[in-house]
Amino acid sequence: MAAEESAGGSKQRPIASMLCLPTDPGEKPYLVGYRCSACGATYIGEGRVGCSKCTATDPLTKIQLSDHGSLYVYSIVHQSAPGIPVPYISAIVDLPEGVSVRCNLIDIEPDPTKLQFGMPVEMVTRKVRERKEKNAEGIEETIDIIAFFFRPSQN
Amino acid sequence: MRDVYVLGVGMIKFGRYPDKDVPQLGAEAAVLAFKDAGMSIKDVEMFVCGNLFQANAMNAQRILQQIGQTGIPALNVSNACATGSTAFREAYIGVASGMYDVTLAVGVEQMGKMGLLGGGARSGGESVEGVLGSGLMPAVFGQAGVEHMRKYGTTAEQFAKVSVKNHKHSVHNSLSQYQVEVKLEDVLKSRMVAYPNTLYMCCPTGDGAAAAILVSADKMKQYTNKPVKVACSVLTSDPYTERDLTMPDVNTLTKNAAKQAYEKAGLGPQDLDLVELHDCFATAELLHYENLGLCGEGEAGRMVDEGRTTIGGDIPVNASGGLLSKGHPLGATGVANIYEIVTHLRGQAGGRQVEGAKAGLAHVIGLGSACTIHILTA
Repeated sequence: MAAEESAGGSKQRPIASMLCLPTDPGEKPYLVGYRCSACGATYIGEGRVGCSKCTATDPLTKIQLSDHGSLYVYSIVHQSAPGIPVPYISAIVDLPEGVSVRCNLIDIEPDPTKLQFGMPVEMVTRKVRERKEKNAEGIEETIDIIAFFFRPSQN
Repeated sequence: MRDVYVLGVGMIKFGRYPDKDVPQLGAEAAVLAFKDAGMSIKDVEMFVCGNLFQANAMNAQRILQQIGQTGIPALNVSNACATGSTAFREAYIGVASGMYDVTLAVGVEQMGKMGLLGGGARSGGESVEGVLGSGLMPAVFGQAGVEHMRKYGTTAEQFAKVSVKNHKHSVHNSLSQYQVEVKLEDVLKSRMVAYPNTLYMCCPTGDGAAAAILVSADKMKQYTNKPVKVACSVLTSDPYTERDLTMPDVNTLTKNAAKQAYEKAGLGPQDLDLVELHDCFATAELLHYENLGLCGEGEAGRMVDEGRTTIGGDIPVNASGGLLSKGHPLGATGVANIYEIVTHLRGQAGGRQVEGAKAGLAHVIGLGSACTIHILTA
């Protein structure tokens, strides 16, 4: 969800529109998917016009994607653009809805011998940076930018 | 469609030319191709220029402003790393369709010391690189290699052997950006960029240009009795596959292109004498052995272990040194691959010559994605 949401007093904004931060503090953040009503193909994120699998152009159905999945493959990034901390694991995670998501895999050593294909992983969200912006009344406020990550499943 | 022949090719040494600009580099390659063909710009009826990073700069017209403003139709194409090969294909279509008898394709790029490519994805103004994984090419092709490891047990060492082979080939190519042999241990010990690709397993950035002149059969007969024929020209885009939108699938569109190419050319992988394929990273090369049918699924690691793709092996791959050594000035690459195949089919490749070469395949992938395959025959 691209819109601003407030949770626990401070303003929060998702880093990408595929991440939904519910306003109700009892609800957990989740990834947004869209499912084709004709063939069932599932896509991640907003802004989809039609189904690239079956070519149907009927509106797709918005769904909430699971917050757990399995590690498909990864790369360990040792060299990146300036300002990006390395090394880190860039992972492809398969979700039960039949769609994949690219993410950083955290809370595990960036070492191929520690990573197992198919290992169960779960989604967590964390603040990654903040923005200072003026609101409609011209008052400066701080907005927390929230990103999603996956980590080895805890249970 | 009519038969199409490559009458002339030209290529400048890939490297860095900070004192020149894109039109100059492209014009130099075109002049080399004219000399090779025994033609001039006055013979050319249509011209296609491939360039990626200055795609809005009217480089085709600016090249003509360097070598001859004859007023012919000129157009500019971009198609990621398949930019040059797409330009070649458009020039091919110009002759094959019967509309023109002589067309010119130039691929040119000036990258300087540009760093890691790709990624840069922004969402609502927020940079996601390094937070939501990596969209940069080293990680993308790292993941593609790790997928092969997962499916077939391929090892980092087998991927590294691709780099050793291509650097070995490059020593005999004076137009290659790097002409240095490397040992397997050097490749494995060099700086890790994105697992499993180390520095020597990543192609360099640089500047370069290559050109080709395509002609009809009647025109060809007036100029040469040793024709090089374009046996097929294929372009595919990425079809829907399970993870393509999250993790670019470089395999399926190449397999689709190979199937079409072999059908159109009436040849199979067993009929090829050499292959120039898109080794932007060492991991990519092994995937394409299988995608192009040079070996069965899961056999690519063993193929490089056995040296079958080294010059002298049963199907030499990237005799030019490949993108890993020769360099990868994006827009130039696709035409440079054609240059390499033509050079072998004519028996002019010197120390890297694949003896008796009669058929060669040039393959290019542009992420996003586009795949071209051209098979040339002598």
